[in-house]
Amino acid sequence: AAAGGAARGRGVTSFQRKAAAGSRLAAVAGTRPSVRHGQLLISSGLPSLDCVLGGGVAVGTLLLIEEDKYGLYSNLLFKYFLAEGVVCGHDLFVASAKDHPDNILKQLPAPLLDDTQRNELGGEATAVKSEDFQDSMKIAWRYQNLPKMEASPTSTKFGHYYDVSKTMSPELSQSIKWRSFYLPEELSSQPKMKTCNMNSAYSRLLHSIQRIIYQEGFDGSDPQKKQKTILRIGIQSLGSMLWGDDICSNDTPEDIHSLTKFLYVLRGLLRKSLSACIITVPAHLIQNKAIMERVTNLSDTVVGLESFIGSERETNPLYKDYHGLVHVHQVPRLNSLICDVSDTKDLAFRLKRKLFTIERLHLPPDLSDTVSRASKQDLAESAKLLSSGCGAMAIGKKHLDF
Amino acid sequence: QGKFTLLRDTRTDGSFLVHHFLSFYLRAGCKVCFVALLQSFSHYNIVAQKLGVSLTAAKERGQLVFLEGLKSCLDLLFGEEEEQSGQPSPLQFMSESASSLKALFDFVRTSLTPTGSNSWKGPVLLVDDLSVLLSLGATPVAVLDFIHYCRVAVCSQLKGNIVVLVHSNEDSEDEENELVVNSLCHHSDLILWVEGLATGFCKDVHGQIKIIRRVSLELTAEQDHVQIYQYKIQDKNVTFFARGLSAAVL
Repeated sequence: AAAGGAARGRGVTSFQRKAAAGSRLAAVAGTRPSVRHGQLLISSGLPSLDCVLGGGVAVGTLLLIEEDKYGLYSNLLFKYFLAEGVVCGHDLFVASAKDHPDNILKQLPAPLLDDTQRNELGGEATAVKSEDFQDSMKIAWRYQNLPKMEASPTSTKFGHYYDVSKTMSPELSQSIKWRSFYLPEELSSQPKMKTCNMNSAYSRLLHSIQRIIYQEGFDGSDPQKKQKTILRIGIQSLGSMLWGDDICSNDTPEDIHSLTKFLYVLRGLLRKSLSACIITVPAHLIQNKAIMERVTNLSDTVVGLESFIGSERETNPLYKDYHGLVHVHQVPRLNSLICDVSDTKDLAFRLKRKLFTIERLHLPPDLSDTVSRASKQDLAESAKLLSSGCGAMAIGKKHLDF
Repeated sequence: QGKFTLLRDTRTDGSFLVHHFLSFYLRAGCKVCFVALLQSFSHYNIVAQKLGVSLTAAKERGQLVFLEGLKSCLDLLFGEEEEQSGQPSPLQFMSESASSLKALFDFVRTSLTPTGSNSWKGPVLLVDDLSVLLSLGATPVAVLDFIHYCRVAVCSQLKGNIVVLVHSNEDSEDEENELVVNSLCHHSDLILWVEGLATGFCKDVHGQIKIIRRVSLELTAEQDHVQIYQYKIQDKNVTFFARGLSAAVL
C-alpha cells in the first residue's frame, strides 16, 4: 500500500505522467503517502498540527498562517517547519524582509533526538495519560472509547519534537542545502524582469523561487537532475509593509492585487514541483477584509493563530491552561471530492516546558458555588468563538442555549 | 440548450458540482472547454477518473479543451520573451494594466467553434472559478463583459451551455465579488446554491443545496421554482436527500 501510495502520490505534480512507465519512485526522506488520497505528505514540524491537518502538509501545497498579534507563535511555527526540513534532510529556501535568513536559521529549535531527552518527554506524556486512566472511567464510561486527540503520536520517523529553549547545533543546520532571499539585499541587485504588474518585491521573490526550482531540478524538467528531496519554502510576514505593500497600513491600498497574484503564481510553481511552502501573513493588520477572503480562497491550508497576550482572555480562568486559540479556516480537497476535516473544531495551543502543542480546547468545570454572571458571559462569548472554524462550517447566528 | 447555469457556494466548497458537470457533459458527448483557474489538471483528472471519465483521453480525442490557469500564468511570467506562435496568452490581462479579458474570450471562442471534422453534440463552457479572475486583477465590469460575450457566442450563436462557479459569502466585504455574483444571479437560467448548514459543522450532512429554476425569466408570470435538499459528499459520489432525512437520522 505504501509503494502504491508513493506511485500515486505524485498526483499533484506533473510527475505522474513522466513516471508512467511504471517506475517506482524511491521514497523521499521525511515524507509519507496520505492514507486518504495517496498524496505525498511532509510534516509541518509540529505533530499535533499534522493531526489537525489530516496527516501533514501535502507536497505541492501552500500552508498559510495568519499571524497572532505579536507574531510570536506564528514565528515559532515558521521555525518548526524549517527545523523539520533540516532534520529530514530537505532543502530550504527562506525569504524574509525583516530578519536576515542567516539569523533565522541560527535560531532554529533543537530537535529532541537524544534518548534521555525523549524519555523525559515520554515520561511526562505518559504520566499525564496514566492520570487519566487510573480508574477506567466510572461515570463518563461512554467517553472511554472516544479517540483522544493525539498530542504525542508514537511513530518517530514522521514528525519530530523540538525543544524551544535550545537552538539547533550549527553542524546540523549547516548539513542541508539552503538558499535565502533577504529583501533589502535583493533590491539593490537584479536586472529588469517581467512583473505582471505586481509589486517588485513579490516578482523578484517569484523569479528567485522559480530559478531554484528550475536549476535544482525540483520540477522534474531535467531528466538528468533527479531530485530525491523536497524543497521547503518559508516566507515570513508576507504582505507587511517591509515587502513594499501597503495593504497593512492603508484602508484603500494602491494595489490590492499584488498579493493575490503572487499567491496564484506561487501555487502554480508549487503544484508542478516537489516543494511545499509556509507563509505567515499579518492578517490582523490588513484593513481591507476582502483581501484576506481572496487570500484564503487562493491558498490551500489556512490556519489562524490567536494569542491571548494582551487580551482580557489572558486572565480569564476559562483559558488558564492555554496561550491561544487555533482556527483552521481551510483544509484543501486534493484529488478527491472529500477533504480531511478534523472533527474537532475547537483547538487551542500552549507552550509549556519546551513543547508547543495544539490540543482540543477543554473548558474547565465551573466549580464556583454560585453561577457568576461574569463567567456565564464569557462562556457565551467563547461558545460563539467555538462555533466558528473550518470552511465546512457556518458561523451560527443564534447561540443555542441548552 | 443555450442555458446559463450558475454554481454558487457560500461558507463551503461547491467544487463537487464542477466535477459532476465536467464528467456529465463529457459522458454526454459534448465538446467541453474547461477554464480551470483554481486547481491543476491532475487534480481534476483523478477525481474524474473516480467518476468514470478520463480527462486525458478526452483531451486526446479533442473533446476537451483544458485551460490550466496555474500553468498558463507561469508561462506568462517566466516564459520566453518571444511570442509563442503569435497567440497571446489567455491570461494576458494579468500583465496589462488595461484589464480586458478579450484574450480569454478569444481562446474560449476558438476552442468551441466547431471545426467541421468532428461532430460533437453541443459545446459547453465550464469555468472554475470566476472569483479568481477578480483576484488576478480583472475589474468586475471586465468579468461581466467576458461572461456576456461568452453567452452571446456560446449560448446564442452555438446553442451551447455555460456553467460557472462563483464564491460568495453572506457578510463578505468583497464588494467587487458581490457585484459580479448578484449580476450573474439575475441573468442565470438555473442557480445551484450550495451552502454550509446554518447550525454549524455536521459530519453526516455537509451542506444544503438550493436549486432555483429561473422560470420568472420566461415572462409567464410564474415565480422561480426553488427546491432545497441536503447532501453528503462521499468518495465517489454525492448523496442528496430531503432536509432532515439524512441517513444518520433515519
